[in-house]
Amino acid sequence: MSNLERKLAAREFVVTAELPVIDGGGHAEIARQLAPMEAFVDAFNATDNPSAHAHCSPLAVAIGLIQAGVEPVMQLACRDRNRLALEADLMGAAMHGVENICCLTGDDVIAGDEPETRRVFDVDGPQLIALARSLENGHYLSGRPITTSPHFLLGAVENPGAPPYEFRARRAAMKALAGARFLQLQICYRPKLLERFMRAAADIGLSERLAFIPSICILRSVGGMRFVATRVPGIDVPAETVARVENADDAESECFEIAYELASHALAQPGVAGLHFISFRKDAGIAKLCTRLGIPPRVERETNGYSASVAV
Amino acid sequence: MSAAAVIARAEHAIKGPVWGCQMCGQCVLHSTGLTCPMNCPKTLRNGPCGGVRADGHCEVKPEMRCVWLKAYERSERLPVWRGHIDDLRPPVDNSLKGTSAWLNLFTGRDRRPPAGWPAARRPPAGWAVGADVEP
Repeated sequence: MSNLERKLAAREFVVTAELPVIDGGGHAEIARQLAPMEAFVDAFNATDNPSAHAHCSPLAVAIGLIQAGVEPVMQLACRDRNRLALEADLMGAAMHGVENICCLTGDDVIAGDEPETRRVFDVDGPQLIALARSLENGHYLSGRPITTSPHFLLGAVENPGAPPYEFRARRAAMKALAGARFLQLQICYRPKLLERFMRAAADIGLSERLAFIPSICILRSVGGMRFVATRVPGIDVPAETVARVENADDAESECFEIAYELASHALAQPGVAGLHFISFRKDAGIAKLCTRLGIPPRVERETNGYSASVAV
Repeated sequence: MSAAAVIARAEHAIKGPVWGCQMCGQCVLHSTGLTCPMNCPKTLRNGPCGGVRADGHCEVKPEMRCVWLKAYERSERLPVWRGHIDDLRPPVDNSLKGTSAWLNLFTGRDRRPPAGWPAARRPPAGWAVGADVEP
């Protein structure tokens, strides 16, 4: 059982973070990326060609993370692989002890720098979760038996900030039905939409079945904010938020303030099991934000215990 | 031309203009508010992706309203098949492409998911969205 699974089962607060993409540099590059945030994070997401840009594969990076002594969450998207390839990667992950899996449908190829690529989507996000469940149940999708069935902590993503807003919690329910046990929520710059989503999830009793982990993005420049606002599919940034950064004397600290405000708000929502951080800063942005939020480092949380609802 | 091919042609002649039918051969229109999910550029069978734009339009085709947004709205208005949109639909059987979904419905061929597919069906009543959770 992974540490993340144990913590979620014990309802302990979790911190996950996205490992920046790896484009060469080997294990030293992974170690370099981990250094500023490692102390605070329970598990690191190894992304799968984010925004349809090719990088080191999530399986390779997830194995690298284990070798670096930390726990990975392997993201798997449906855009680039058919069901055979997905089954193979899941079995490969299990072989290397990668248990935390985050299943995504994936951005379309047009979001990337090779838009002429053939999009696959042989299965969709909810189907990918069920596919992984079938491996856990001891057989491939065809029904062919697996000698030693793998064990996963299956998760998925959901976007509280994309229409149809009133359907998003029901889609989360569908993912729970398929076998997901945690949901890393897409970055959401509209707090009211996160509130609405979390309330709807609580109303249908989902908070009992799924650990909800909202994502907080730490940007550092006007350009970064504009990129997220205009180029990242499914993220809607209010004009006033973009203006705040544009008009700030110090764009980097304004970006940090925005991240702090959104994180504080997310922590106050009932049903939130932890936070997922995505940082585009070169320094220890995640460590700094955790400290400001009163979230102690991992070892301290494990020793002394920590409950976000008390601290915020 | 075989009888099956004649039926497939007739089916496409009707469902093509009305629903933009792509002849996947395993029609799920009843559970998607009579909106064909195969018109989603990602051919998603289980709801909208996270890329839907704030104006409700498609991530891939900005000029088009999200297929699943329409499916959701229409399913809410349909007097029948209520809640079926919350079903977990199995992966598309690509070997059925181009065949008649009517014939496949008649023979039951369209309801044969892969043998290893977990038999999860509809959300349990307590979930308010729609009985069996464990595969």
